[in-house]
Amino acid sequence: MPILSLHNVSKSFGALTVAERVSFDLRAGEALGVIGPNGAGKSSLFNLIAGNLRPDSGRIVLDGRDVTAAPPMQRCLAGIGRSFQIPQPFGHLSVYENLLVAARFGGALSADAAPRHCMDILRRTGLAAQAERIAGSLSLLQRKRLELARAMATEPRVILLDEIAGGLTEGECGELVATIRQIHAEGTAIIWIEHVLHALTSVVERLMVLNFGRVLVIGAPDEVMASPEVGEIYLGVAA
Amino acid sequence: MTTRTSSAFGRPASIAGAVALAALMFAMPLIAPRAVVQDLFSILTLLVLAMNWNLLAGFAGLVSVGQQAFVGIGAYAMFAAIILWGLDPLVGALIGGLVAVLFAIPMAFFAFRLQGAYFAIGTWVVADMVRLAAGQWKALGGGTGTSLPKGTTRDMIGVPLVKSVLGVSSAAAADTVVYWLALGLAILTLAASFYFLRSRMGLGLQALRDNANAARSVGVDPRRIKAIVFLLTAFGTGLCGALIFIQITRVTPDAAFSVIDWTAFVIFIVVIGGIGTLPGPIVGVAIFYLLQRLLADYGTVYLILLGLIGIGIMLFARGGIWGAISDRTGIELLPLRHRPPSHQPVVVEQEAARPAG
Repeated sequence: MPILSLHNVSKSFGALTVAERVSFDLRAGEALGVIGPNGAGKSSLFNLIAGNLRPDSGRIVLDGRDVTAAPPMQRCLAGIGRSFQIPQPFGHLSVYENLLVAARFGGALSADAAPRHCMDILRRTGLAAQAERIAGSLSLLQRKRLELARAMATEPRVILLDEIAGGLTEGECGELVATIRQIHAEGTAIIWIEHVLHALTSVVERLMVLNFGRVLVIGAPDEVMASPEVGEIYLGVAA
Repeated sequence: MTTRTSSAFGRPASIAGAVALAALMFAMPLIAPRAVVQDLFSILTLLVLAMNWNLLAGFAGLVSVGQQAFVGIGAYAMFAAIILWGLDPLVGALIGGLVAVLFAIPMAFFAFRLQGAYFAIGTWVVADMVRLAAGQWKALGGGTGTSLPKGTTRDMIGVPLVKSVLGVSSAAAADTVVYWLALGLAILTLAASFYFLRSRMGLGLQALRDNANAARSVGVDPRRIKAIVFLLTAFGTGLCGALIFIQITRVTPDAAFSVIDWTAFVIFIVVIGGIGTLPGPIVGVAIFYLLQRLLADYGTVYLILLGLIGIGIMLFARGGIWGAISDRTGIELLPLRHRPPSHQPVVVEQEAARPAG
């Protein structure tokens, strides 16, 4: 049974369609990459899965349970953790406190267990030295790491990563990929939106291409990237 | 700006200082003239109102301009308990707090549908409606209000005992009892605010204030937490309102539901002291009292000056006076920060200390 299923999910804002009958399954522990041109509806897809947007039609099923009408906090408690494309830290709290909120609420960890859990994640994401810094004072790259770390702190079964590798150096990107591989190896299912294709394809088992809110193609990364349609629409190469 | 994130007064020294201050405040009726005790009562009750408003606006982001509703409801419920049901004023004060909570429940259903400025205006409108309704309560004097029956405070719980132990008049003993109650309420409100904000709920509340969208996505339920804060502050404000009018001994709709006395001054106190910080209202009420004493003879000019000071602080020191002190010195009184395990104090680059709401 898939851990997450979308059945004909659609969402429009007036004439603008951000999701049109989107359907796919995500297997437990699977890593799925999402690519598509700007405005293809990638971040809107995350907002629909995480509950920040309510679909106009269609169903979202998490682990056999229909969560289409559930608000974001309930989806988080049900096992969906997310990062935001534009980082949204709790600006007046420290980096450590940002994770503590996620661990105590989304992860439902006890006051005894949460601190160790948070420090462990901060070490894994390279933020341990910044634990006491006010999150609002972090650089953009550190904020992106914090997005990943905070999502991890909720102990998700499905983690949604939205362009967290953008702007990283090769070395930083390598560290990030190693961290995501580790999350994947621990059995967490991943949906990762990313423009840094080599990083993405080195982790994911399947790749999904979105265009104008529709699923253009979904399959093994090599096959998807070799598809003439993808070459034409996403990479700008004539078929 | 470089500041020390972990600086705080030594814990034993802080506790000793706080206990000494509380002991001095407790002893004031024994060593100070009655007028000073009455002044301190006013300061303490304003402090309680300010701490409640700070929790609501500074930490929960609920900028209410209608807290006078709970002051008035607390006062009127207390008067009803005494005049209509023959209860002791202190029991009446507790009832005042509880009735304020009961009123806050339907008010929350309405007000929580409003955001930002609409929430502020909505709460003000509700408070004014309650003021008009109180004016229709004929049993409590309608629009002209009513007074406590003669001898009510003289026979209040604790007053005969204080009178005999201290050897003072009934009126002075009543002042002493309500002063001690206001002191106890101020300490309790401060302690409750501190422990609430340090709790899981408090952490979620601060996350919500910083970024509601992200907070929801990590499992924080905004309605539940904000509703808890709204009800708790309604209780504290209602109880305090009842206490204020036990001392005044007379209630009218205009006095009990005064937006100037119970909300505008309270907002001024919190803003100049430091919104979103626990010591802020304490600093703010001290400054407000000093200004009131120094400028009281200047009438309208005094209010204009208060307004100018408030505007100046909002423009140039948004964290208030306590925020500015804390930023410059790194001192954190009543620190709310959760430290990582095996914390070692570190000096780091930091652009902002605690928030300005």
